[in-house]
Amino acid sequence: MNASLETKDIYLDAHAHGAKDLAGHQWPWVEQTRRRALAQFAEQGFPTTRDEEWRYTNVTPIQRNAFHPAPKDLAGLTLERLKPFVFPDLPCHRLVFVNGHFAPQLSKLCKLPAGAIVSSLAGAIDRGAAFLQHHLAQYAPTDRYGFAALNTAFLVDGACVYLPRDVILTDPVHVLFVSTRRNEPVLAQPRNLFVAEANSRMVLIESYISLDDTRYFTNAISEIVAAENAAVEHYKLGQESAEAYHIGGIYVHQHANSRFVSHNVTIDGALVRNDIDVLFEAEGSECILNGLYVASNRQHIDNHTRLDHARPRCSSREFYKGVLDGRARAVFNGRIIVRQDAQLTDARQENKNLLLSRDAEVDTKPQLEIYADDVKCSHGATVGQLDDDALYYLRSRGIDAATARHVLTYAFAKDVLNRMTLEPIRSYVENMLTMRLLQGQTIEKLA
Amino acid sequence: MPTGSQDISGLIKREYAAGFVTDIEADAIPPGLSEEIVRVISAKKNEPQFMLDWRLRAYQHWLSMKEPNWANVHHPAIDYQDITYYSAPKSDKDRPKSLDEIDPKLLATYSKLGIPLEEQKVLAGIAVDAVFDSVSVATTFREALAEKGVIFCSFSEAVQQHPELVQRYLGSVVPYTDNFFATLNSAVFSDGSFVYIPKGVRCPMELSTYFRINASKTGQFERTLIVADEGSYVSYLEGCTAPMRDENQLHAAVVELIALAGAEIKYSTVQNWYPGDEQGRGGIYNFVTKRGACRGESAKISWTQVETGSAITWKYPSVLLEADNTVGEFYSVALTNNYQQADTGTKMIHIGKNTSSTIISKGISAGHGQNSYRGLVKVLKGAENARNYTQCDSLLMGGTCGAHTFPYVEVKNPTARVEHEATTSKISEDQLFYCRQRGLSAEDAVSMIVNGFCKAVFKELPMEFAVEAQKLLGISLEGAVG
Repeated sequence: MNASLETKDIYLDAHAHGAKDLAGHQWPWVEQTRRRALAQFAEQGFPTTRDEEWRYTNVTPIQRNAFHPAPKDLAGLTLERLKPFVFPDLPCHRLVFVNGHFAPQLSKLCKLPAGAIVSSLAGAIDRGAAFLQHHLAQYAPTDRYGFAALNTAFLVDGACVYLPRDVILTDPVHVLFVSTRRNEPVLAQPRNLFVAEANSRMVLIESYISLDDTRYFTNAISEIVAAENAAVEHYKLGQESAEAYHIGGIYVHQHANSRFVSHNVTIDGALVRNDIDVLFEAEGSECILNGLYVASNRQHIDNHTRLDHARPRCSSREFYKGVLDGRARAVFNGRIIVRQDAQLTDARQENKNLLLSRDAEVDTKPQLEIYADDVKCSHGATVGQLDDDALYYLRSRGIDAATARHVLTYAFAKDVLNRMTLEPIRSYVENMLTMRLLQGQTIEKLA
Repeated sequence: MPTGSQDISGLIKREYAAGFVTDIEADAIPPGLSEEIVRVISAKKNEPQFMLDWRLRAYQHWLSMKEPNWANVHHPAIDYQDITYYSAPKSDKDRPKSLDEIDPKLLATYSKLGIPLEEQKVLAGIAVDAVFDSVSVATTFREALAEKGVIFCSFSEAVQQHPELVQRYLGSVVPYTDNFFATLNSAVFSDGSFVYIPKGVRCPMELSTYFRINASKTGQFERTLIVADEGSYVSYLEGCTAPMRDENQLHAAVVELIALAGAEIKYSTVQNWYPGDEQGRGGIYNFVTKRGACRGESAKISWTQVETGSAITWKYPSVLLEADNTVGEFYSVALTNNYQQADTGTKMIHIGKNTSSTIISKGISAGHGQNSYRGLVKVLKGAENARNYTQCDSLLMGGTCGAHTFPYVEVKNPTARVEHEATTSKISEDQLFYCRQRGLSAEDAVSMIVNGFCKAVFKELPMEFAVEAQKLLGISLEGAVG
């Protein structure tokens, strides 16, 4: 208790000293947003396992360390070192952030359609972009748990993409968050805002990576708005260092007939928590949430999704799969709320888990709350091990036991990748998976 | 389905058929709860010291507890000092020796409910230990059971006659520290049933208790303890109806089941307590703790419940699968209409090897009813080859009701196979149309579809109960889709 109070004070202290250096302090509304969030954080502090939403995820390890915002500094980072983490075959806009700060030298911006904005959030705030006041900090709830309030209190930098009406951004935007080793453990709090106005379309890729095996804390928030008929496709690739803590929130508002697709892959990180909140604000929208988590050693990966069917005729599809090895622990909580007038809702959810070791643990909780009658909702959750018959089939064809297990595990996970539409990302994640699940061998070699 | 909606709303609004108060003088103590009251209850029942000590420990612990608020139910705060914790019919003082000696008003009450004792004795062959406001007043078929060595009596009798069994098993599954309501029950419980089936005995008949809540403002704190010794079998039936009244009533029962090696306990409940009027006023609050422990190898415990009554139901019949090869089952139909709220489900805790559990839960919501399934399947580290299958389906009727599922799955062993499935939908228009087209009335069609929806659970009920359950569903639901 004392420790957590102290950690809280460190952040409050850091805010008192550093607030005037944050971007946009010339705009009263930005300052006000920060101050309000700071007060909320001071009141809430960090969640405990007594909070139902954090029942299975203990964040005291985060509180035990004092993390500090890093100064703006490239730390000798070159494009060369980032090469393994970019997609060579994918023409895209690239925004690179080092320890939470925008690094224009490493970023790449191609020609944009008229009116479209792809920039750092700090830049957009400084320029006083008009759409910001309407959207920034409007969707992430700062009154629920301390982390969103903490991020908002320090609201500094992150990616910002804005598409006006009828604009289609053909190339995806790749946002790369890099963490580096510093003397003090780093606190990075990326804040992203993606706004797709009516009839527009964008594809976003958020990668969280680290170049050193070091301990740091990423507390990220993305706010996404899809206006009428807009389509947003979002990829989140979590490859934090093996000692890193990552708390990430994605808050989505969907207007009439919009479409939001999320692919959320978590492979690395000591303690990772992803919150994906989608609110259907108007009729006829569609949402697809796909997820894959692969954990081993002492990793802890927690995925919380919340789909709020507030309006009629919306459909949602959710598909999450997990592979757990070593002493890893995974948590899945999929909450679907169907409000009273959300008739003709069609919601489906599935969560499948594969336990590979004696000490792995999974806690899954698919949750339906339905207040309307003319709806179709279903959810399913399974926990199990590899199919003995399938193993036998492979063994009887001369494949050794270890390889057979790897192949089946890989096939189990690949199911999620097949749902990704961007081929370069799919093959990138496939690579990540083969490294993790097949010890670097490719399927061809095995065959 | 606009046709016939007039008759349908008439059917839905039908008044509670079993609502009446029998005017019997009750031997009650003043409302309120204190250590003194606990001592009075214990003294009135002439209990041995160990019982009093146990009650007092529970009471002390209860003082340190807070009322839980995590359930998905809403109700005004309960004033625990405004409840009468003990009430027994006057006629209890000179305990009746046969049915003739029983207060005719009591017998009439049972007749109104359609369960005349004498008729049941003859027709159904069921031994009925009828609990009328907390104290057993009639026990039948005692002799036939005694022949086999089966003990089936009221809890207070068991405390007097078999204190060693009570002391050994009481609180061994639901300790007095378990939860707010179980602890309250441990401190003040008035009576209940006690069953002991000796080694290798197959209980010759289905045991049955009919509970009734009667004296106004009386909390009902039942305590049931069933012990099935090695290799035995028992099927236990519990059924409830209650008279209409205005005050909300608290019911906090505790049921403990213990199955030793190779034993099987089948516990069936039909619950039809007063659900409150159309505005949701005055129904019963049913906060029950039910738990069974499979203590010996290959033991089996099966819970079947049909919940149609109560304003609020808060109930999670659970099974602790402690030994190897044990089996736990849970079959449930929960129906909420008007302003009823149900937060019910089960807990299956897999501890031993090769344990398996099955959960089938069917929820039906109509009117402003809110129906939640809350279940926990927990596989501990040592539970090799644990197997669980869970299916919970919800049926919605009307735009103002709700159906919710909160399944918790916690697995710590890789050999476990756990499956959970849930669906929610309204009655299919196609099915309704098909039935209507073939000349069935709207309410008959709905009744048929609902009964089909619940069939997987009804087939687990003993014959007599299955009939009663279908009738209850019929009364509460027919034509609820308009």
